[in-house]
Amino acid sequence: MDPGLRWGDGGILMATGSEKTLLRLVTCGSVDDGKSSLLGRLLYETGSAFEDELAQCDGDLSRLVDGLEAEREQGITIDVAYRYFATDKRKFIVADTPGHEQYTRNLVTGASTADAAILLVDARKGVLTQTRRHAYLCGLLGVTNIILAINKMDLVGYDEAVFERIFRDFIPVVEALADLRERAGQIIPVPVSALTGDNFTHRSPNTPWFSGPTLLELLETIEPEEARWAGEPFRLPVQWVSRPDQDFRGFAGMAAAGRVGVGDTVRVMPAATVARVERILVGSEDVQEVAAGQSVTLTFDREVDCSRGDMIAAEPLPEVADQFEATIVWMAEEELVAGRQYALKLGTQSALATIQPPKYEIDVDSFEHAAVRTLGLNGIGVADLWTDRPLVFAPYAENRDLGGFILIDRVTSDTVGAGLIRYALRRSQNIHAQILEVTREARAAIKGQRPRLLWFTGLSGAGKSTIANLVDARLHELGRHTFLLDGDNVRLGLNRDLGFSEADRAENIRRVGETAKLMLDAGLIVLAAFISPFRAERRMVREMLGEGEFVEIYVDVPLEEAERRDPKGLYAKARDGLIPNFTGIGSPYEPPERAEIRIDTTRLTAQEAAEEIIAHLLEDRR
Amino acid sequence: MTLTHLQRLEAEAIHILREAAAEAERPVMLYSAGKDSSVLLHLAVKAFAPARPPFPLLHVDTTWKFPEMYALRDRAAAAAGMKLIVHRNPEAEAQGINPIDHGSALHTQMWKTDGLKQALEQGRFDVAIGGARRDEERVRAKERIFSFRAAGQRWDPKRQRPELWRLYNARRAKGESFRVFPLSNWTEADVWSYVEAEGIEVSSLYFAAPRRTIVRDGTILALADERLVPRPGEEVRERMVRFRTLGCYPLSGAVESRAATVGDILAEMAASRLSERQGRLIDRDGAASMERKKREGYF
Ligand SMILES: Nc1nc2c(ncn2[C@@H]2O[C@H](COP(=O)(O)OP(=O)(O)O)[C@@H](O)[C@H]2O)c(=O)[nH]1
Repeated sequence: MDPGLRWGDGGILMATGSEKTLLRLVTCGSVDDGKSSLLGRLLYETGSAFEDELAQCDGDLSRLVDGLEAEREQGITIDVAYRYFATDKRKFIVADTPGHEQYTRNLVTGASTADAAILLVDARKGVLTQTRRHAYLCGLLGVTNIILAINKMDLVGYDEAVFERIFRDFIPVVEALADLRERAGQIIPVPVSALTGDNFTHRSPNTPWFSGPTLLELLETIEPEEARWAGEPFRLPVQWVSRPDQDFRGFAGMAAAGRVGVGDTVRVMPAATVARVERILVGSEDVQEVAAGQSVTLTFDREVDCSRGDMIAAEPLPEVADQFEATIVWMAEEELVAGRQYALKLGTQSALATIQPPKYEIDVDSFEHAAVRTLGLNGIGVADLWTDRPLVFAPYAENRDLGGFILIDRVTSDTVGAGLIRYALRRSQNIHAQILEVTREARAAIKGQRPRLLWFTGLSGAGKSTIANLVDARLHELGRHTFLLDGDNVRLGLNRDLGFSEADRAENIRRVGETAKLMLDAGLIVLAAFISPFRAERRMVREMLGEGEFVEIYVDVPLEEAERRDPKGLYAKARDGLIPNFTGIGSPYEPPERAEIRIDTTRLTAQEAAEEIIAHLLEDRR
Repeated sequence: MTLTHLQRLEAEAIHILREAAAEAERPVMLYSAGKDSSVLLHLAVKAFAPARPPFPLLHVDTTWKFPEMYALRDRAAAAAGMKLIVHRNPEAEAQGINPIDHGSALHTQMWKTDGLKQALEQGRFDVAIGGARRDEERVRAKERIFSFRAAGQRWDPKRQRPELWRLYNARRAKGESFRVFPLSNWTEADVWSYVEAEGIEVSSLYFAAPRRTIVRDGTILALADERLVPRPGEEVRERMVRFRTLGCYPLSGAVESRAATVGDILAEMAASRLSERQGRLIDRDGAASMERKKREGYF
């Protein structure tokens, strides 16, 4: 019996000095690097292996955990297996993920709950493609503590140089990962032999040059993920409403972050209804406080609307949104179908989600981005998604339980994907309604129009400003409240401090986007005429706005034609090298791939083009 | 405050129980009067207090349990204020199937495996909560917390769903169901530590006491009632014994022990390190048999 176990407030078991904490691990590494041997060794060294099992092993510790052979032969999907061992200080739950074809799906599953990873490297083989992959996937899932177990040191004569070289080889991987991740982690190398047990519990005499902690010392001291939850604002996704009788109405769930005490003011999200915590129950015992990680039942001092899927939260309040950018890991044989609705589960919330075509897929070996139309089994990509109702969330990098979701096929009911929210594309309309008295819809309604941003893009001399001015005039005639933003009125004031370097051009567009957004909030129809040569910037503006509000109008003209027109003589100057980075000459123009409207200026006059745009807008009113 | 491992296991189990209840239309909790059942029931009471757990208890009886287990079962259900459903396979009853004459395989198949299927179908239960743990058996190491069962209660390894974070996908079509295991991440030592810390009543059979026993096929069996008749040459002796796992008494091997308290049991486990199932006669046909039993629907 754990001698330190004692009763605390209200029936909670309290930690005393000699008690165990819990650490969840994931083990990964290439096949044959010695993962099973290492796990078997950990079970053995901590006395967690049973004698009858040891007897069946014939001295090969890898057989303690390698129960998968038979299934492999039967062609059964190889899954994550969970193993358990304990020391006096800690209990460990290990997600053991086989390094085969299914590695992404399995490793992502195993890493999703892990506080730390043990990443194996065979000292003879060094850092392999698989090692990089696994490090990447652990980083993606937010496992920031990675123990780099450099194994089979016995086979390289316990050579310090080998250990040093492998660690050095791994540093560029770490750096590449650091660029990709929002949270800094740590990589701790330890030289071991799973066969002989070197540096598992005692520092090995075979590696006198190694002065770091042993594998078990590391495992016993690494900080669990829960340590991070404590400092965050209180969050409790409501799982269950308990009402045994007229008098009692309790809201049950597991606190995902922070702490709350009796008498504290909280809000029920997404409605943001205010209430005060009256009682906190663990089982049927009252306690004064609840900390992250505990399953409790709360009652309030007043009647509030609160049900499964709501979140009880303290200030600062969590975000609420229905459009997100997320990293998606695809886990099904059948590929992702963009535009199809999937059932989404985030914490205790359920919704229907429509996934947009992926912006890119991430190559887990090179960490590079590739353009794709969809994601197949084990594919990882970034895509926007829309949900049919607002979700209360936090970015995954801040809190896994509030930012990690699964996608479910509505026909087969299979879990087909996992998602990690990066950020919200816009706040949900509902929340605006709660918080602002006069909504943007209300402002627009007064004018009887739908706020839009008509974004004219194209080469210099294509006719953007001319056409935009004609559209502006025509809309005004139709009684619409409009405003035109172009280089002339923006460059002279708001953006007077900006030049034409790539960074300044990007900033120019960002400010124009933000300005336009404010005007849309005020209910206006905004026209913006800017060369805006880069897709990324145009997309950035698109994503600042709501669905359907950004209307991209591509004023298309062949370069030769623009150069022939050259109304301001700029092309000539650029050709003479007098204007560096001139779009079309020294700097590229990236034409839109999915512009809402394309104007072929070799075919239409400016007047005709304006008519066509007006027609499109009227038609699009629905 | 850092939570202890028991606090975290408790919080996780309660979370799973609430998810199961929230996602199910007709949930039920399997109860066998063993220590895992006792812990599971205790957690269920905690999860929903001050209300009663929103599901009944189901005991799939074989008529061959120890008398102490029946008494504990009735007492525990009454204390929790929960409805208790007892199911006995009528076919097995009619044919008088028993472990002594028919052997463990047929007995277990008919009373337990078939009996459980019948009970779940009759009750139209779509989520059955059980106390199985992953550390019990190596092939259980991959078992899901929400384990999917196709129509006819079939366990199909290919249709199990990945379980990320704390998210369990319990969507199902008509006829499909789930077995839910809140104690998946608990070990035997965790169960005993928790029993001690929370003061949970477990069967007295787990504690050493002088019991009338015989030795059959190298296993110590307790003469729990008159139905187990010593064969010629089998000497009836009073031994100081206890049980590590409880099932049908003619299939539950006893171990000689002096462990009279939970503390003693934990000390004994630390010293002996023999796996829990070595006393279970039904597992003797090798690890693969467990996989097969699972597919057939044995819990
Ligand atoms: N010499 C030596 N051999 C090892 C060590 N660790 C593992 N092995 C051997 O490497 C092989 C692959 O090990 P295994 O644990 O099955 O690798 P896994 O595929 O990563 O699980 C086996 O033959 C092991 O005995 C080690 O530290 N030293």
